[in-house]
Amino acid sequence: MSEPLTPPKRKDPLVVTRAGHVPPALRSRAATAMAARAGLGRFVLQVCDDCARATYPQRDRCPFCWGELRWQDQPDGAVIEAETTIRSSIDLFFKDHLPWRVGSARLDAGPMATVHLHGDVGQGDRVKIELKLDRSGNPALFAMPEKETPHMADDPQLRVFTADPKYRRVLVTDGRTATGQAVAEALLKAGAKTVFLGNADPLMRYPGQDRIEATAGIEPVRLSLTDTRSIEALAGQLGGRVDIVVNTAQFSRQGGVGFGGNLNDLQSGLDLEVTGLMRLAQGFAPALSGRSDDGDRSAAAFVDIASIHGLTGRAGFAGSSAAAAARLSLLASLRGEMARTGIRVISVLTGPVDDGWHQNVPPPKTAPAQIARAVVTALQQGQETICADEVAKDVLTRWQDDPLLTIREENK
Amino acid sequence: MGRQKPYDGVVVCAPVTVPYARYSDKTAHWWTGSALAALSRQTGLGPEDFDGFCFASFSAGPDTVVGMVQHLGLSPRWMDHIPTGGASGVMALRRAARAVQMGDADIVACVAADTNQIDSFRQTLQGFSRFSQDATYPYGFGGPNATFALIADNFMREYGVSRDDFAKLCVAQRDNALSNPFALMKKPLTHDQYMQARPISDPIHLFDCVMPCAGAEAFIVTTPEKARDLGLSTARLAATIERHNAFPEDPVQTRGGWARDIDDLWSAAGCGPQDMDMVQLYDDYPVIVAMQLADLGFCEKPELSRFIADNDFTISGSLPLNTNGGQLSAGQAGAAGGFQNVTEGLRQILQTPLGDQVPDAKRALISGFGLVNYDRGICTGAAVLEQEVLR
Amino acid sequence: MSKTVLADLAVALATGQVRVIDLTNTLSPDFPVIVLPAEFGQCAPFRMEKLSRYDADGPAWYWNNISMNEHTGTHFDAPAHWVTGKDLPSNTVDAIPAQDFVAPAVVIDISAESAADADFVLTREFLENWETEHGTIPPDHWIALRTDWYKRVGTPEYLNLLEDGAHSPGPDAGAVEFLVHDRKCVGLAVETVGTDAGQASTFNPPLPAHSILHGNGRFGLQCLTNLDKLPTFGAIIVACPLKIEGGSGSPLRVVALVEGEAA
Repeated sequence: MSEPLTPPKRKDPLVVTRAGHVPPALRSRAATAMAARAGLGRFVLQVCDDCARATYPQRDRCPFCWGELRWQDQPDGAVIEAETTIRSSIDLFFKDHLPWRVGSARLDAGPMATVHLHGDVGQGDRVKIELKLDRSGNPALFAMPEKETPHMADDPQLRVFTADPKYRRVLVTDGRTATGQAVAEALLKAGAKTVFLGNADPLMRYPGQDRIEATAGIEPVRLSLTDTRSIEALAGQLGGRVDIVVNTAQFSRQGGVGFGGNLNDLQSGLDLEVTGLMRLAQGFAPALSGRSDDGDRSAAAFVDIASIHGLTGRAGFAGSSAAAAARLSLLASLRGEMARTGIRVISVLTGPVDDGWHQNVPPPKTAPAQIARAVVTALQQGQETICADEVAKDVLTRWQDDPLLTIREENK
Repeated sequence: MGRQKPYDGVVVCAPVTVPYARYSDKTAHWWTGSALAALSRQTGLGPEDFDGFCFASFSAGPDTVVGMVQHLGLSPRWMDHIPTGGASGVMALRRAARAVQMGDADIVACVAADTNQIDSFRQTLQGFSRFSQDATYPYGFGGPNATFALIADNFMREYGVSRDDFAKLCVAQRDNALSNPFALMKKPLTHDQYMQARPISDPIHLFDCVMPCAGAEAFIVTTPEKARDLGLSTARLAATIERHNAFPEDPVQTRGGWARDIDDLWSAAGCGPQDMDMVQLYDDYPVIVAMQLADLGFCEKPELSRFIADNDFTISGSLPLNTNGGQLSAGQAGAAGGFQNVTEGLRQILQTPLGDQVPDAKRALISGFGLVNYDRGICTGAAVLEQEVLR
Repeated sequence: MSKTVLADLAVALATGQVRVIDLTNTLSPDFPVIVLPAEFGQCAPFRMEKLSRYDADGPAWYWNNISMNEHTGTHFDAPAHWVTGKDLPSNTVDAIPAQDFVAPAVVIDISAESAADADFVLTREFLENWETEHGTIPPDHWIALRTDWYKRVGTPEYLNLLEDGAHSPGPDAGAVEFLVHDRKCVGLAVETVGTDAGQASTFNPPLPAHSILHGNGRFGLQCLTNLDKLPTFGAIIVACPLKIEGGSGSPLRVVALVEGEAA
């Protein structure tokens, strides 16, 4: 039975903060390919094109017939054949997290795998394997109880692989929109202690302001992603107290490129979504990284919400899609940087948000509540990339399948 | 399986151990040269005299046998690099023996050497193998201790072997080490001390683990004529086996490759387990010693607990085991751990032991095991050595 | 004309007989800009990006790149800013003669009225009554509307943006016609974010200050401070916009020269 997480105590200011280590990050290319799929929440193994057998660890040819291997989704059941509790480790991260339990699992898919064990499972148990990402962004097999157990998410070993908002303090960058407010409320509902809610212009009211600012747990803060100084000032004040950053800022305007494009809109969009993202990262990434293993309320994640059309461009929203593309690229680079200290960089991809700027877009559109749900799910699961709705899922699937075709389709 | 051709015209001689050091600021090259210097003192042979060289090491990087050969001034017409850790001793014997037998070389120096600098252990683990990098160490970074803990957890449950059984093996080996002046562990070990030791990775506890150190082991493989000319006592190979990645379908490792070929070993050797005067088994962990006892034919696995209870594994006992103390008590000098069994077995049957002598030792069973590439030991080998001529 | 006017001015400045009053709000990222209906292009707020500050990017120097709209912060409106002035000669900041940048000012105090009613509308009738009390407004003067609105900077009450739009004081068409045609004013100088009242888009005609001032080649000064420090008559306003090629206006440093000891 997992012990329920207790509300973390205030930090003793005289104690040196525990540094955020990650275990050695070097992996083969095949293992990194597994990580890319794990990031999408898929449990995959390599399967041989010829003999159809699954294999693990990650290989480059089938060990049964030397055929070519391809990644495929797998059934997630397994049995734990043997277990051990590690009480001594030379690795800087695991040293501070002993004892650590691992097991030998016989996967229903076929191969044997060394796996992390949830506290509620052990030798002889049937388990559900989740393919997660570890603190350095590498694939990690985690054996979960077959059926949900009480306080399952609070297992200390499991929490190393997730960024659960429970008891954590979150900065939501833009509370002026329905999306920002929905995200803030969903985080509080998921157990966040405090949501610092960003407002780019405290002198100007916004719809829903009275309600959201009166909500227990919400602390309005001044934050303008286009104003470097405002971010520096906020990071200086809050850096040591923010565990999760969620960037809800978006600047979506209709427009083309050579025809019907608006330069000012493009500049505003780039400044808010792209330069703004870099300002936000410069302000908060160092502070998050420094606290990535700082007890139960450790800094855990940097979440960004971007349009799925950053992958493809989009006729009618060319400038916004370009800004989203640049945003996704920066985020990918930020992810690599943060993997050195164990902060998860999470991407929530959305379709067109159902707001005033997308009135002319026919449904289906993305509801702020869907975005909020995706943010919370991604944090609770430690999932690197998540689609908020069916539109995003559809574009992502088509883009993965045939990127050039999908780009053409979205720009017709 | 075809019958192995006999090892006529080949002998093994000149076992050499360079005293181990817990930590060393010297390189593997220095330790290798030390072993060759020791061989030279015993035989009078120098760099120009060895026309064969067989090398095993974990810490010679970025060099392999190629760099070592130029570094140490050799010009062999046959050489081999055996990166197989605990199995490297037996594998070196097999390769060198056939080369000498067929005239590809006349005098082969077989050397295993490893240094142990302050962070050698961590460095070695990190670059150990692709599978352990991808799929083992990320899971708790417990090193080989965690891997063998999983194997032990399963083995103990499957075959009813307990920590008390392992205690007996470890205590006996420690007894054996007490007469070995080079053994790093100098204090006796009691059954209670073994049982109360702190856990490392359940069910592995402190005295289940070897002490990594720096050191070197070596021996010479040559023709009977050359050995006679040099005035060296000799042993010959009665039979050998080797098998790698056996039983990949076994979920958790409960047997090594010996289990596939053990009957061939005994039939080629023309004798059986009961004829061995001692066993020098690869002892990275007592569970692997137990596994070898069964896989090499001394008993069936379900009987292991009783077999251990019924035998005395000390030098003067019913089945002398790892008579120099083994890696568990003498120390594990990296790849030299794989040669240690060969040199100790040789010394006993050539009547030149480091410590106490096994009475009337004429035949030794040598067994090698390693590496753990992912979740099980891949390489195995075994050899039956017999006394030939004492000089 | 004696050649001593400027010499006298120099002495007066040195001795404090003539004081320079700063009428300018600090240009910072926090300063609010006018908000237009959502479907129109929005006025960019002031932003600065540090280029270097005695560091690796520039060891011995400190400088910033800045960005803003021509109408950000305390700023000058040229006639070209409005459709009614689009075809007038010399209607952009670079073309306006420099002579026009220095002019006397008359200060109309409507602070009490504005405090009582944020939507106070200045009418011709009010101005005629004012003249009865204070004297005729001279020609070629800046008409400075003192509302004390600058004291609201930093609060939501400065823009005073409610659900039905902004609420701040300003003139109606009659007042502007009077000032332009009957009193030949240089332009309107205000403390609010626009020369027009917050609700002026609902007036008939809409936005009369911009429409009539700029349609007649006159200027606007907005987001001023310290009009409460100026005498009713006698101050000289120095307002030199940046010489932006074809510019519709620019942020600027506006000062007033006033005579005599501080109040």
